[in-house]
Amino acid sequence: MFGEIFGAWIAVFLTLAIFSFLYKDNPFYKIAEHLFVGISAGYWMSMFFWTQIQPNLFGRLWPSEHYTDGIWYGIYNFFGMISSSVFPSGGIDKGHDIHMIYLIPFALGIMMLLSLFKKLSWMARWGIAYTVGMAAGLRAYGYLNSNVIGQLKGTIIPLANSDLPLFSLLGASHFNNIILLVGTITGLLYFFFSKEHTGNFGKVTRVGVYFLMISFGASFGFAVMGRISLLIGRFVELITYSSAQYHHATLWLLVIMVALLGYSAIIDKKNPEPDN
Amino acid sequence: MNDRDFIIGAGGISISFLIYWFIGHPYFITERIVMFAAIMLFSGTLLFFIRKARRGEEIFLRDIPGLKAVEEAVGRSTEMGKPVLFVPGIQDMDQVETVAGVIVLGHVSKMTARYETTLNVPVSRAIVMKAAQEACKESYLMEGRPDMFHDDMVHYLTDEQFAFAAGVNGIMVREKPAACLYMGKFYAESLILAETGNSIGAIQIAGTASQAQIPFFVTACDYTLIGEEFFAASAYLSQKPELIGGIKGQDMIKLIVIAVLLIGVVLRFFHDSGVIDFSIINFLTVK
Repeated sequence: MFGEIFGAWIAVFLTLAIFSFLYKDNPFYKIAEHLFVGISAGYWMSMFFWTQIQPNLFGRLWPSEHYTDGIWYGIYNFFGMISSSVFPSGGIDKGHDIHMIYLIPFALGIMMLLSLFKKLSWMARWGIAYTVGMAAGLRAYGYLNSNVIGQLKGTIIPLANSDLPLFSLLGASHFNNIILLVGTITGLLYFFFSKEHTGNFGKVTRVGVYFLMISFGASFGFAVMGRISLLIGRFVELITYSSAQYHHATLWLLVIMVALLGYSAIIDKKNPEPDN
Repeated sequence: MNDRDFIIGAGGISISFLIYWFIGHPYFITERIVMFAAIMLFSGTLLFFIRKARRGEEIFLRDIPGLKAVEEAVGRSTEMGKPVLFVPGIQDMDQVETVAGVIVLGHVSKMTARYETTLNVPVSRAIVMKAAQEACKESYLMEGRPDMFHDDMVHYLTDEQFAFAAGVNGIMVREKPAACLYMGKFYAESLILAETGNSIGAIQIAGTASQAQIPFFVTACDYTLIGEEFFAASAYLSQKPELIGGIKGQDMIKLIVIAVLLIGVVLRFFHDSGVIDFSIINFLTVK
C-alpha cells in the first residue's frame, strides 16, 4: 500500500511539475525535465540492449541449440566470464538458429562504438552509410508500391458505376470521387517546382493549396481531439489521486507548488534579472 | 561517364533484358511487372534530367519562401547574438526525412560557420548524432572555420519522444535561440516544440513530410516546408546540378503519374462499360 501511495505522489508531482511549464520555466519543471530525460535515456539504452542486441544479435551468433566445445563457443564462454547474465552458460536460448551473417551488424556496431576514439571515429561512417543505404533501397520499393502505385489505384475512380449515387455526404458517390481526382491532380501540381505558379497554372495550383489546407485542417482537428483525450486521462488520474485513499496527494502538492512558485515570483519581482 | 558510354551501357542492359525476356525470363515474377516498369520509367526519367543538368542546361526552379527564410533566420540570430536551434526530428537515419534533415543541417551549419553564430543540435538517436556531427564538422571545415566546430554542438538527449520534447523545451527557454529550425520526421511533439519556440519569439522554420504534423507546424511556425518542398530543400540550398536535375526529373514523374491517372480513369470507364477487357486496376495490383 505504501508503495502505491508513494507512486501516486511521485506521479502527481511529476505531472504538476510538467504542467507548471505553462506558467514559466521553473525549478519544478527543471527537476521533472532532467529526471524524464535522464531516466528515459538510461531506460531506452537498457531496453534496446535486452530486447534487440542480446536476443536478436548475440542470440543468433551463439544460440544454445548449437552449443559445442569449439572455438566459436570458446569465445562465447570467454565473454560469459565477463558477464554471465548477457552470455549465460550453454548459449543464448531465444529460439533462433545460428546466423553468421549477423557478424556484419556486430562489426558495424563495434565500428560505431569506435567513434569514442578520435583516431578511429571515421569508422562510424560505415555504419551510418550502411543504415542510410539499406533503408533507401529497402523503402524505395515499399514507397513506390504504396505511395505511388497504390495511390494511383485508389484514385482511378469508377465513372461508369451505376450503383453509386451522384451525391452523398457520408458514403461514396460520383461527386466525392471527382473531388478525390481533382484534389489529387491539383495537389500534385502544387508540388511542381520547375514552373512558376502564375497564370492558369497558378490558378490550378491554388486549388491544390485549398485541398491541402482543408486536409491539414481536418488532420489538425483530429489530432487536437486525441490530445484532449490524453489531457482528460491525466486529469482523471489527478482527480483519483486527490482522494483520501492517497492522502489528498494532488491537493497538497498543488498547494505547495503554487505557494512556492508564488513566493519565487515575489522574490523575482523584488530582484529583477537584467535583460540579456 | 560521357553520353556515348551512357547510351552504350543503357542500350546493352536493355538488349540483355530483352534477350532474357524472350528466352522465357526465368526467376522473373511477371505479376510484378508493373513495379518493374515503374522503377525503370522513374529511374530513367531521373537519370535523364540529372544528366541534362550536369551538361549545364539551365533548369528553372521556382522560389520556395521557407527556404529563402533559412538564411534570414541565421542572419537574425547573428545580429541578435543568439544561437540557432536545429532539431533533425526524432527518428533514425533509416527514415528519409531524417536524412533530408541532416542534409539541410549541413547547409545551415555552413551558414552558422560563415556568420560565426552558435549552433545547437539536440538529437534523439545515436546514429543521427554521429551523422549530424559529421555533417556539421564537414561544413565548418569547408567554411574554413574548424576551430569553431566542437562535438557538443550536436548532442544526444534521449530516445523517448516526450522526454526529448521536454529537454528541447528546456533548451529553448534557457538559451532563447533566435531561430528554431525543425527539419525531419516528427510526431506528437511537433506542436509542443513549435509552441515553445513561438513563446520565446524565435523565427521558426519547419520542414517535414509527416502528414499529421504539418498542420501543427503551419499553425505555429513562420514558414513550413511541406512534403516534397522539404525534400527539394537540399537541391535549392546546394544548387548542385545533379540535385536540381533530380527535382526536374521528379516534376516529370508527377506529370507521368497525372497522365497515367487520367488515362486510367478512361480505361476503367471503358472496362466497367464492357467495351474493353483490360482492367487497369488488376494491372496496377502488385501481387
